Formats: sequence, structure tokens, C-alpha cells
Amino acid sequence: MRAIAFREDRCKGCLLCMTVCPKQIIIVSNRFNKAGYKVVEVLEKNVDKCTSCAACALVCPDNAIILGPRKRRKKGEVADAREA
Amino acid sequence: MTQNKAVYSLPSVLADVPMHYCPGCQHGLAHRLVAECLEELGVAEKAICIGSIGCSVFIYNYLLVDTVEAPHGRAPAVATGVKRARPDNVVFTYQGDGDLASIGLAEILHCANRGERVTIVFVNNTVYGMTGGQMAPTTLLGQRTTTCPEGRCKEHEGQAIKMCEIVAGLGGTAYAARVALDTVKNVKQAKKAVHKAFEVQLEKKGLGFVEILSTCPTNWKMTPVQANKRISEEMIPYFPLGVFKDVTSAEDKG
Repeated sequence: MRAIAFREDRCKGCLLCMTVCPKQIIIVSNRFNKAGYKVVEVLEKNVDKCTSCAACALVCPDNAIILGPRKRRKKGEVADAREA
Repeated sequence: MTQNKAVYSLPSVLADVPMHYCPGCQHGLAHRLVAECLEELGVAEKAICIGSIGCSVFIYNYLLVDTVEAPHGRAPAVATGVKRARPDNVVFTYQGDGDLASIGLAEILHCANRGERVTIVFVNNTVYGMTGGQMAPTTLLGQRTTTCPEGRCKEHEGQAIKMCEIVAGLGGTAYAARVALDTVKNVKQAKKAVHKAFEVQLEKKGLGFVEILSTCPTNWKMTPVQANKRISEEMIPYFPLGVFKDVTSAEDKG
């Protein structure tokens, strides 16, 4: 499961998740959803940086963020060992 | 080592449907906090929500509990009747500031003074949201709205009402707290406050009141991120956060 995913049909592009992300990996995409809002995304190369801290999901007013299981990493372990 | 458990899941009391609120409106977040608390306390089956008039009028579409829709401002009066007729149910109202602090001021004050065993969730965004951004009793001095385009003036309109302090001063109130939804830390504290406001009802101590400072980006004419900043920059200095009354902590001490 992906560490972080967005339900794009729910996202209204308010960007509150972007302001609370400690890793600063949430960005605005160039896609619009059905309702006409510009949705946010996490680039594939940055997904492994997500620690599933759930700060974004906590402040999302529209419940648009899905978080995968939290992965406990040993110190110095390479991030891309995350399960697909 | 991977924990095969999602770190975050939505409460089952919350309907999984898109909400009609504007982008960045924190009503959705407040709904979720209420839903989480109902689920954690295990009272979702016997909860009765009293809806109010305002943007949150469609709360019955989002919370999967029995709901009564009250006339404008009269949710505490309806809650009183529901609670007295069905004392074993958990009764709560969900009201905005135009509803509770203006037209419904008499109802909330007497409901709190009588010490009805209900929970009041009061969302304060300093403006009438649904009707198009008119001045509310909680509008801050200098804030521009459609009915005070030059900004609220102390001489003409007076200062913003601090509902939490007023309700905390009444005899029947068991718990009164003011929280905000602007940061992760504040959201977590907000959830604790909502939890506590339901607990005092379950323990039959009296009325539980939570004032939640929230944004209205559309009527403040700001982006959601700017509006979120306004909570900490302008609202919290005037509406201080904290617990104003808690009869359970007083019992613990004495």
C-alpha cells in the first residue's frame, strides 16, 4: 500500500495539508478534478519520504487523504525498502 | 517491520460522501471530531443530534445519527425537550455563531443555566456564513463584512461576544472550553474538549459546551491558508483558548 494517497474526487485544493506536512512533500498538481478544483499530489519519488505522521489527514476538512501503514525504520535504513 | 494497520481511519459514524462546504471550511473537520468522539465513547447508537440553521444545516447528511432540525437558534430548547423525553439518549447540538450567539442567545443561556444534560458544539467563524457574510455578534472589531463594510465599529456595534466566558459563568454548566482548528496541536486539543463535553453529559454533571474557532475563507475573502493564519493572528488574541469551567477537575482537587 502506498504511504499516502489522495481521493482526488474529494480534494478541494484548500492546501491546508501542504502547510502542515513536516516533510514538505505535498505539492499542487496540474490536474483538475470533476468539481473543478486543482488537487494536490505527492510525487512518486517523494512517497518514501512520507512517515505517515497523519498531520495532513488530521487537518483535511474533506477527508481526502488515505494513509498507508506506518513503517518503522531503523536508523540509517534506506527509505525505498517500503512495501509496494 | 511493518504494522499492517492503517494509521488513520475515518469513524463509521461519519458518512463517506463529499461535503458541500467551501474549500478550506473547517466544518468538515469539526464534524469528524464529533463523529470520532461519539464512536470512541460508544454512544453513536443512542446519539440524537440537534441540527441548527446555517452552513451546518445539512449535518444530517454527514453524521449517521438520528437528527432533529431545530428552528433558527432554538437548538438548545429542542435539545432540552429531547433530553427530558429520552433521558437515556445522548443529545448534542451543533450550532454556528450566527445561530447560537445572536438569535439563539436566550435559548443557550437558559439551557446552560438550567444545567440540562446536553452537549453544545459551537462553531465560531465570526461571520454569518450561509447567508453571505453579514456581521455576526462574534465579528471582531475592524472586521469588514457585507453589513459593516467599513469594519465593525465599537461605538455603533459593540465588541464581539465571548460566548464561552458567558456560558462558563452560569450555574448549570459543567464544562466550557474554547478550542481552535488551525494547527495539528490545536485540533488534538479540540478533540479532547469535545470528548470531555460528551463525558460530562454521560456522567449527568450538567451542560457541556465547546466553542470551536474555525475559518470561513469565502466570506473573509481570503485563501484557506490565509484564513487559517487569521485564527492564530487575530482570533486567538481576542478569544483566548482554554478550559473556562470544569466541575470534574474541581471535584478532583477538593
